[in-house]
Amino acid sequence: MYVSPIREPLIKGNKDYSQVTRDIMAPMAGKPSKYWYMGMALAGAAALMGAWASYETVFNGIGTWGLNKTIGWAWDITNFVWWVGIGHAGTFISAILLLFRQKWRTSINRSAEAMTLIAIACAGFFPLIHMGRLLLGFFIFPYPNTRDLWVNFNSPLLWDVFAITTYFLVSLVFWYVGLIPDIGTVRDKAKNKIRKAIYGFLSFGWTGSARHWSRHETISLVLAGLAAPLVLSVHTIVSFDFATSVIPGWHTTIFPPYFVSGAIFSGFAMVLTLLIVARKALNLEDYITINHIESMNKIIILTGSIVGIAYLTEFFIAWYSGVEYEQYAFFNRAFGPYAWAYWIMMTCNVITPQLFWFKKIRTSLIATFIISIFVNIGMWFERFVIVVTSLHRDYLPSSWSMYKPTLVEVGLYIGTLGLFFTLFLLFIRIFPVIAIAEVKSVLKSSGEHQKHAHHE
Amino acid sequence: MEKKYYKSLEELRIAPDEFQNGEMLGDKKSLLLMEQELKQSTGPNRRDFLKLFGFTVASAAVAASCEQPVRKAIPFLIQPEEVTPGKANYYASTFYDGNDYCSILVKVRDGRPIKIEGNTLSAVTGGGTSARTQASVLDLYDNARYREPLNQGQETSWEQIDAEIMNKLGEISGRGGRIVLLSPTLISPSTKAAVDLFKNRYPGTELVQYDTTSASAILKANELSFGKAFIPAYHFDKADVIIGFDADFLGTWLSPVEFTKQYVSKRKLHEGNKAMSRHIHFESGMSLTGSNADKRIVIKPSQQKAYVAQLLLALSGSAAENPEIIKIAEELSTAKGRSLVVSNSQDAETQLMINAINELLGNYGNTLLTDVHLKVRQADDAAMTKLTEEMAQGVVDGIILYDVNPSYDFPDREKWVAGLEKTSLKITFNSVKSETSETANYVCPDHHYLESWNDFEVKTGHYSLAQPAIRHIFNTRQAQESLLKWAGSEKDFRTFIQEYWQQNIYQTDLTGFVSFWNKCVHDGVYVSEKKETPVPALDISAASAIASTNSVIVADDSYQLDLYYNVSVGSGKHANNPWLQELPDPVTKICWDNYAAISQKLADEMGLEDESLITINKLGPFPVVIQPGQESRTVSVALGYGREKGGKSAVGVGVNAYPLMGFAHGSRQLQTIGASIEKVNGKFRLARTQTHHSMEGRQIVRETTLAAYLDNPKSGNEIRDEIKKHLKTIYPKKEYAGLHWGMAIDLNSCIGCNACIVACSAENNVPVVGKEQVLMAREMHWIRIDRYYTGDPENPELIRQPVMCQHCDNAPCENVCPVAATTHSDEGINQMAYNRCIGTRYCNNNCPYKVRRFNFFDYTNADALPGNLYDTEEMTVDLRKLVLNPDVTTRAKGVIEKCSFCIQRIQDKKLKAKIENRPLADGEVITACAQACPSQAIVFGNLNDKESKVSLMFADERNYHVLEELHVLPSVGYLTKVKNTNV
Repeated sequence: MYVSPIREPLIKGNKDYSQVTRDIMAPMAGKPSKYWYMGMALAGAAALMGAWASYETVFNGIGTWGLNKTIGWAWDITNFVWWVGIGHAGTFISAILLLFRQKWRTSINRSAEAMTLIAIACAGFFPLIHMGRLLLGFFIFPYPNTRDLWVNFNSPLLWDVFAITTYFLVSLVFWYVGLIPDIGTVRDKAKNKIRKAIYGFLSFGWTGSARHWSRHETISLVLAGLAAPLVLSVHTIVSFDFATSVIPGWHTTIFPPYFVSGAIFSGFAMVLTLLIVARKALNLEDYITINHIESMNKIIILTGSIVGIAYLTEFFIAWYSGVEYEQYAFFNRAFGPYAWAYWIMMTCNVITPQLFWFKKIRTSLIATFIISIFVNIGMWFERFVIVVTSLHRDYLPSSWSMYKPTLVEVGLYIGTLGLFFTLFLLFIRIFPVIAIAEVKSVLKSSGEHQKHAHHE
Repeated sequence: MEKKYYKSLEELRIAPDEFQNGEMLGDKKSLLLMEQELKQSTGPNRRDFLKLFGFTVASAAVAASCEQPVRKAIPFLIQPEEVTPGKANYYASTFYDGNDYCSILVKVRDGRPIKIEGNTLSAVTGGGTSARTQASVLDLYDNARYREPLNQGQETSWEQIDAEIMNKLGEISGRGGRIVLLSPTLISPSTKAAVDLFKNRYPGTELVQYDTTSASAILKANELSFGKAFIPAYHFDKADVIIGFDADFLGTWLSPVEFTKQYVSKRKLHEGNKAMSRHIHFESGMSLTGSNADKRIVIKPSQQKAYVAQLLLALSGSAAENPEIIKIAEELSTAKGRSLVVSNSQDAETQLMINAINELLGNYGNTLLTDVHLKVRQADDAAMTKLTEEMAQGVVDGIILYDVNPSYDFPDREKWVAGLEKTSLKITFNSVKSETSETANYVCPDHHYLESWNDFEVKTGHYSLAQPAIRHIFNTRQAQESLLKWAGSEKDFRTFIQEYWQQNIYQTDLTGFVSFWNKCVHDGVYVSEKKETPVPALDISAASAIASTNSVIVADDSYQLDLYYNVSVGSGKHANNPWLQELPDPVTKICWDNYAAISQKLADEMGLEDESLITINKLGPFPVVIQPGQESRTVSVALGYGREKGGKSAVGVGVNAYPLMGFAHGSRQLQTIGASIEKVNGKFRLARTQTHHSMEGRQIVRETTLAAYLDNPKSGNEIRDEIKKHLKTIYPKKEYAGLHWGMAIDLNSCIGCNACIVACSAENNVPVVGKEQVLMAREMHWIRIDRYYTGDPENPELIRQPVMCQHCDNAPCENVCPVAATTHSDEGINQMAYNRCIGTRYCNNNCPYKVRRFNFFDYTNADALPGNLYDTEEMTVDLRKLVLNPDVTTRAKGVIEKCSFCIQRIQDKKLKAKIENRPLADGEVITACAQACPSQAIVFGNLNDKESKVSLMFADERNYHVLEELHVLPSVGYLTKVKNTNV
């Protein structure tokens, strides 16, 4: 007789509710560890480098970068798209997985969402800093003015502005709404008056009454409904920056789905990179289990495969279209002067994730960590390949050119990485990294104790 | 309704309903409306008073509390005639720098010359200009100009310096010493008269002419042939077959602007012309002229004489060996009297043979005139060599250096400098600091030519005048006036010229001299009936004798050297002109340096690659450029670089190659045989504006052959019909009521001289960015000339295409700008609103033609942030800034700019037409590039006018648009290039 296998428990260890609260709030208590300080120092230094690079860019001009008359975008937009992509995992986990009733998301949604917000902030930095005249950047907003000047609604860059701000705001609200019950818990556990006052204010008077819970659940569902299409729309619109242009290699109808799956692909990779470290450092192995990691790896296989198919489709279409410019653009990607970037992308994005078909690999922490880093690298190169190799050899060979980044551009990228980790390190000290209330909601049904009790 | 009162019937007639129907002209209507409003109002009331009071108090408070910048705006005490602030005046003048001649108009705005235009009245240059002519206005504002007369390097006054110099000159001539006046070829009759006066006053004075770009051998050959050293007038416009031996007549040889105009008149195929000249060019390095030839034959410098000899033999009936030569001789014989053979050889024997060839072909009197002489480059090289010898012996007591710089450009520099040191009195008229002038005892700085009066006779009977377009900026004095002063005459040079013209040039007519003179000053040019005395018929026996002994083409394996002048800095005189330094070479597209062009073969042999270093005859190191079409063992190097003194942009740019010149057959030799070339370790980066040289099989520049064209006018352009079939859109086509601007470019006429690029930079305040930025591919030129190679790399064909903003009617740049900073005008112009631009560069990325330029740094000092200026060439110092065109905004850091179709010129002419209440005429608006073009390759006009020149060119079967298949609807059309190759 076939006995259906019992699902692994989502939370390990026989824990009761109060244990959960204690476990999850542990990283917030007391003085930070010396590792935390070391991390902060490193991330802060990187952020400072970014500040220097920003000053150079704004004061002396975009000339401090490696761009030229042919290549108007390079690391700036590569980084922008990369960060936006990373910012896709959080909302995907909390909104789409919520709608699909995936309970395993409860352990990771909080930190994934925080990561999303920080990544979007890092992403938003690049469209700003890449402007030749940052100080007049406000022209991009459609505000009423006496000169009767209006923005150009035909421009994908303007759509970007709306897409990114909407996404950021909805994600922020969604994240904060989810935080409210936990902030209430933090407030209740606080021993210090100031702490109590601050968290009291932030908890919006949460009492945990049935009415509060009812409203909380409703608004969470509404916001999830709002956020879910945004996950798809944001990167679709980002892809329009390229797809609506006339440049061969950019002008491609496949871009929206290809960009969205790429974004989720890279977002999950980044979540994995962070959480594999965090669960260890914060002693949360019972909450973020190998199961969670494996589930995420499965999503990586799926999205990674979609991305791989998209790469091949582009080549097929380039050949099939019969357009010589298009054909050359793709030939140049694979065999031109930037072929190395293309093959890094292919290796990291198409080949390495396929290793997750092996259960051994997808349940190995070390392998997952390494592959997640590979995916991060691969996805960065994907954007670099799209942005730079398409531009550097377009229609008229007389204008073909090469690009090399400068220290300032590298500094800006390192700066956003620094900012990202600084904010993430602050986040783990300020808010519970796992949604306490939500974990508790699955503890009964999917906790180890329950599973075993049920089985016995 | 309110009762209306009227004062006159007229007022009554202008009833309110008439205002509403809007038929009345704008200005009149608003005036009437205003009048009516005034009548209706009852004068200021209490509210108005309070409003005004409040405003006054507030503005007074603001004004008092803010620090006001001190601005001087002093009105003219006496308003000068014809000067309206904000309106440009044009004055006819002449550019002549000792090498090149061009008749010009000077555009003067608010007292400042800001632009040079071609003078269409000139029978010589006919409205064409060259890059150097265009750039010469910037030399007026050269930072390295002398600002005061200098006595031993100390500033002094003219009175003092005159007294001292006259004293010394008198002393030298008193004791019978020798004084030499060293100048380039003087083509100014009045200057020659002034020199004669000077000579009379100081006997023992000798005038020695020294041309850096010399035609010494031609002079000598003609002296042998005709008994007179002269350069004939050439007529490329009458030649159906042109054979060139290394003569870069479209770029630098004798009178390039004139020759370009003539040459191109035989190459145009629209306007009903169905015939074309055939041009065959022999050369070693790839020159501007060679790259335009229908057939280019690569020879070694050492072989030129033999090829010429064979051609002469073939034409005179003897057997020639070379199959190419036999074919050419056949072609030439079918075009007797309609052909022209020219050579730049500095060997009189070769030139004698060239004369004989032209005589045999009956070209004298047709394409070569002996009764009209070209008066430029009359210097005999031997005279300068002799002078150097004499100076080294110390027999010259005083030297007056007029517009020459032998300490830089004389090949045997050491000897010259040593001789100069031995000369006790050294006076220089140089207006710009130079290697020579810095060693002079007395610097008596000359005016810039735009500050001077002058006259010229460039060809026999072809006179022109130069008039000052500005009062001299510094305490300088015209050289001729100095000479006159020292000769004891108190006349100013203008009076002197006038008197000279009255006595020598003016032919009595009814209107009198004053009106003759005024007309000449106004037109800038005057052609008289004057002809040279006839010369005896040419005897070709001597040439035949030379030919028979020199006709063996030897394939010698030694390294050979081929020095040349390029179209930008030329002889080096204009090296401190950033516009010229940043001008990409028409062949290699390299700027800011000279280099050694070598063949791929030689590079392989020596293990060299682009930017490797070599020394030539121990001189250098020169960076190497592997040049397709270069003779395998010949190295070509441009002269005019490597200045040691003479301003920021001149010094340290490239290597001075003058010491490589040889001296043989009584002439300085550009080409020498048996050079030693050695590889040096290291690399040197060269700034190139184009780094990819193949068209990758794309249909960007379309070309065909004459035969194919005559067979099918669409040949080479067949794909266009196919493309047009696919141009479908669901959107309605935008119609332009009124004007719709367009530009047509005849690829057959464009020779790639680069005049348009400089003209555009001058007109539109295009910033100079310097070598470092060009290395980063950030040059700012609004117009560029793309150059592609096709065919065999050993002797490729080269095609060019000027590219500027194509003003697409369905522009990809416009829809991607998030702030609508670039938009389409109602006249079809793609516009840039610099103030609105925030610098996302999306438009630049999305431009298929890559014509948009981004201000990566604060190149112009227009940025709001202080202290971040990027100006390596001192283009933003106050003096240089005077050249800016006030009609065009200078762009700040972080904004995109591009070709505007010279919108300011369009507006200017539109306003003029409006004031005169007439429609714009075709050809009235001319863009700067089209104006500068010596070959009229660029035609600008209204596409809605079906009779306009541009419309006719658009209707030509040869017309096509680059990347038309993208459906961006460009407003720039190109006419297929047709080569006269017989297959």
